[in-house]
Amino acid sequence: METVLAFVIGGLYTAGLYMMVRRSFVKMVIGLALLGQAANLLIFTMGRLVRGRPPVIGPEATKVVLPVADPLPQALVLTAIVIGFGVLAFALVLIKRVYETTGSDDLDKMTGGDR
Amino acid sequence: MTTAVIYPILIPLGTAVAALLTWNHRTLQRMLSVFGAALLLGASLLLLAVVSRQGIQVMQLGGWAAPFGITLVADLFSAVMVVMAGLIGFSVAVYALAATDLEHESFGFHPIYHTLLLGVCGSFLTGDIFNLYVWFEVMLISSFVLIALGGHGVQMEGALKYFSLNLIASAMFLTAVGILYGVCGTLNMADLSVALRSGAGRRMHTVLAMLFFMAFGIKAAIFPLFFWLPASYHTPPVAVSAVFSGLLTKVGVYALIRVFTLLFVHDTAFTNELIVVAAGFTMVAGVLGAVAQTEFRRLLSFHIVSQIGYLLMGLGIGTQRSLAAAVFFMVHVIIAKVTLFLVSGAAHALLGTYDLKRLGGLYKNSPALALLFLIPALSLAGIPPLAGFWAKFNLVWAGIEAGRGVVTAAALGVSMLTFFSMLKIWNEAFWKARPEGETVGADNPPLAFSSGLALYLPMAFLALLALVAGLAAEPLWDLSSRAAHQLLNPAGYRAAVLGMAP
Repeated sequence: METVLAFVIGGLYTAGLYMMVRRSFVKMVIGLALLGQAANLLIFTMGRLVRGRPPVIGPEATKVVLPVADPLPQALVLTAIVIGFGVLAFALVLIKRVYETTGSDDLDKMTGGDR
Repeated sequence: MTTAVIYPILIPLGTAVAALLTWNHRTLQRMLSVFGAALLLGASLLLLAVVSRQGIQVMQLGGWAAPFGITLVADLFSAVMVVMAGLIGFSVAVYALAATDLEHESFGFHPIYHTLLLGVCGSFLTGDIFNLYVWFEVMLISSFVLIALGGHGVQMEGALKYFSLNLIASAMFLTAVGILYGVCGTLNMADLSVALRSGAGRRMHTVLAMLFFMAFGIKAAIFPLFFWLPASYHTPPVAVSAVFSGLLTKVGVYALIRVFTLLFVHDTAFTNELIVVAAGFTMVAGVLGAVAQTEFRRLLSFHIVSQIGYLLMGLGIGTQRSLAAAVFFMVHVIIAKVTLFLVSGAAHALLGTYDLKRLGGLYKNSPALALLFLIPALSLAGIPPLAGFWAKFNLVWAGIEAGRGVVTAAALGVSMLTFFSMLKIWNEAFWKARPEGETVGADNPPLAFSSGLALYLPMAFLALLALVAGLAAEPLWDLSSRAAHQLLNPAGYRAAVLGMAP
């Protein structure tokens, strides 16, 4: 399962980077979202993937019986997803406003601030 | 008194909430904003006093002992940075009373300004690498809103560039944190420092170091990752530009200094070499970019990049003297840069433009503003006896001591070009007469006394600080040296956080 996810993560990074180098900023924002998801999946995979075995130390035991998944990265991913969601919501409003004010979604035409 | 650590986080949070609750009461909101910023300044000074007297202050949030919970840590470097955030936060909050128009205020300038300060102070004080990511995001989301607030045309373009580049940096930071956790199994920075020194996952160390270098490098605007900065910093209202110029890139530099003194010291020959090379290119690229500019704030934006190079140089040389010089430089450059941005805003308020070609005659008409420009400008160029001179003097001295000839020569040459650049602003905006037939802002109503006061007092306050920091450099240098000593001997930091013998 880790191997599959490794390829998925790699694919997401590649797709994200590819989308980011496009001239349309709508595609760029999609690329940024993909990049964020790739990072989230990476952290998720870091904590091992184990099904149906909660990382709980039983009443008699003194330490947890391996293999279990590390719950901390899952908590981190949850935080990162929430942050990513907020940022993406802002991005959607931003690209709408930019499109309204400049009338174009071509990054190469946005040179007004460079003069 | 460990609670001193958390006040600089609680106060901006409380102020932001209070400012949200008073959304419809403009006067009350403005008073709250200034009051909260003043309180933050007080709390930051208290923190510095406590840290200076009693050593590193630690607070384990929720009572969870060090590697398991989130830890807030304030060593001298953090405390100095928080004081700078307090100083700039207060000065710009007062300045914003006159410089921010009704439109921005009604869109929520004040609450978001304080969440920005919250993110900045949180980044300086956290002792947990994932928590650092969260504070970075708090700061970034606030800055996204501030830079896009009520925007038209060019400002929205600037906002988009700023937004996208910073988001790439965040994705990289998050990736790096994920891999770091996979390698070390901990997120507490003191604990990470122990784990990395014990050689866990040694093959990954340099990869991780480079990921962090890229992520923080984009935020700190180092060469060749700085292009977003001069494309966006001159577009928002001037109060926003000023606070960005003073604090945001410096948070990136703070994070770089933190991770490259506490965490990644496994291969300093390679990492320091890289940092020094990046520093040299950053200085030169920034100042050469500035030479070609004729827009007041855009010119200053390129100088931000250039000055980041000096800070990096201090980190890259990596000796006691060079790090102390970097801390000293940080204090100096934040004050000088923010004052210059505030002066550009005052010039805009008087004459209605930022274009140097269309400005003029300011020396004749407002000599006080000319003086307030000269102090930070000469300090930035490194003219004795101002603070910039002592910062550069020690940096160059450290460079010579360490045998870093090329970067030292670059630092001196860039100083010269900085002086030239400041002279250009002086000639264009202050010395020459207003161009014939230039009418923009000529029929501006003269500044009301109250708004004039709100514009000039913060500038005078900061310029006075720049002057004092130069004339009485010894106590500040002493403080910087002690901060550098703590940075170079992270055993004290680890002991304070993890509660074990150093």
